[in-house]
Amino acid sequence: MSDELSILVIDDNKIRASIIEQGLRDAGHEKVILVDQMDWLVRQISEINPDVIVIDLENPNRDQLEHMFQVSRAVRRPIAMFVDKADSHSIEAAVDAGVSAYIVDGLKRERVKPILDMAISRFRAFSKLSEELEEVRTELADRKTIDRAKGILMRSKGLSEQEAYDLLRRTAMNQSRKIIEVAQSLVIASGLLGD
Amino acid sequence: MDTNLRPVIAGFIPLLDSAVVVAAAEKGFAEQEGIALKLIRETSWANIRDRISVGHFDVAHMLAPMPIAASLNLTSLAVPMRAPMLLGLGGNAITVSTGLWSDMARAGADPFGDPASTGKALADVIAVRQEADAPLLHFGVVHPFSGHAYELRYWLAAAGIDPDRDVEITVLAPQVMADALKGGQLDGYCVGEPWNTAAVDAGTGRIATYKQAIWPDSPEKVLGVTEKWAHANPETLAALMRAFSAAADWCADLRNNAELADILSRPDILGCPAETCLAALSGQLRLGPNTKKSVPGFLSFASGVKAAPMPAHGKWFYRQMVRWGQAAHSEAALKDVEKVFAPEAYLSALGLEDVVTDVVIEMFDGEKF
Repeated sequence: MSDELSILVIDDNKIRASIIEQGLRDAGHEKVILVDQMDWLVRQISEINPDVIVIDLENPNRDQLEHMFQVSRAVRRPIAMFVDKADSHSIEAAVDAGVSAYIVDGLKRERVKPILDMAISRFRAFSKLSEELEEVRTELADRKTIDRAKGILMRSKGLSEQEAYDLLRRTAMNQSRKIIEVAQSLVIASGLLGD
Repeated sequence: MDTNLRPVIAGFIPLLDSAVVVAAAEKGFAEQEGIALKLIRETSWANIRDRISVGHFDVAHMLAPMPIAASLNLTSLAVPMRAPMLLGLGGNAITVSTGLWSDMARAGADPFGDPASTGKALADVIAVRQEADAPLLHFGVVHPFSGHAYELRYWLAAAGIDPDRDVEITVLAPQVMADALKGGQLDGYCVGEPWNTAAVDAGTGRIATYKQAIWPDSPEKVLGVTEKWAHANPETLAALMRAFSAAADWCADLRNNAELADILSRPDILGCPAETCLAALSGQLRLGPNTKKSVPGFLSFASGVKAAPMPAHGKWFYRQMVRWGQAAHSEAALKDVEKVFAPEAYLSALGLEDVVTDVVIEMFDGEKF
């Protein structure tokens, strides 16, 4: 077990994070931890002691994170960005896709490259689907998205239409989000995970 | 849009001193120089560095030490860079919590922000805390390779405070500094405006001193370009610097302050109230609830000779990197730094002649560089 990589995914977009997590698990990685907020991140990282950190580029805390890797006594092992500085193709692909990765120094390139490639392709797929959804949203009323989400819930959980709507509403209330946001997330996730 | 314009993509961070870049695009200065300037707002300096490195951006609004750190291979995705022009001088301040300020005031801190006086008062407070085994004071800066980090460290060290042992310095995004001060995670920070005024207005912070007092008229943000892009596009770079210089003149004209504040306050630029921008543009600082101070040149938009990067500026930043263990000292690195902060490209683009380029920097404590 000791040679199993532990992977930390930092992304405040919970849906995207879970899509990455699923991809990593499908690839056989068991030690995947998701973090969606930066509070106590130093402590969390020192406890998790990850080999690989995947972070979205929209995250405004990247400067803080990089500084922590450089100086913090809490992080036990030196962490560098990406697999290999010479691997400019991977770096460009990652920045294009909107994701960045930090890797404990000394890890073999062959072990980490597939993780980064997977993150890049899932980020791309997510932005593609996000764009498609944005188009759908401008074409149709929000109502239709909610209908689609209801349909997904009715099919996958065997709910009635009213029960599906209630579940969406309850989830939205619990997460202090709008119903339409919950429905959008569900539609994206369902498209990616194959409902 | 005129299809004969040369497209230039510029990355920027939503800060007051992005004004020159924003005004160049918004007020037609870029177009007058034959450039279609497209701005892309970013969320972190790490993104600015990564995206200019892979070629998403042609140029970027950057912290002055960043092109040096990249050229000396001190950061990720490091590529040789140039800082051919300064975009903003000054603009930062050091704010402490109101609790720490009352201790400093009792120790004799100058209410008007004299750095020698406030630094000594802080040293006295720290000495008392160390005798009482009190926890280390925490200070925040926005980036390890920043004017903020070096100004804070210089001020502390000049007062005999060891920035690495007597306090703890962490990195935080500027917009969360005031909240961290209020929540007690930080006891002080060095940041650009309006994030000092924000804490003073909220009643949680007190400005102890400011960049213009620590190192007068010093570079804060620069135009950052990769060496590769600068070599491939010398004419576009020259035209862009002329556009930025004209935009800086416009920004510096007090009659344009209100319009500039309106533009900067837009949701796609800074997204903050225009009054917040305006207060800082005027140089009328409120150091505390009842202490006002007019600081000429608190934040200035550089044009003319003032926007020329000087080798001495670059070498000062490099010396701080060496002083604080970020870089090893070498004569070869010093030569590289002189190339990063070379004034010739800017002076020739603007047609400025007979400019003295071997300037001497004088810090508040009398040290010369």
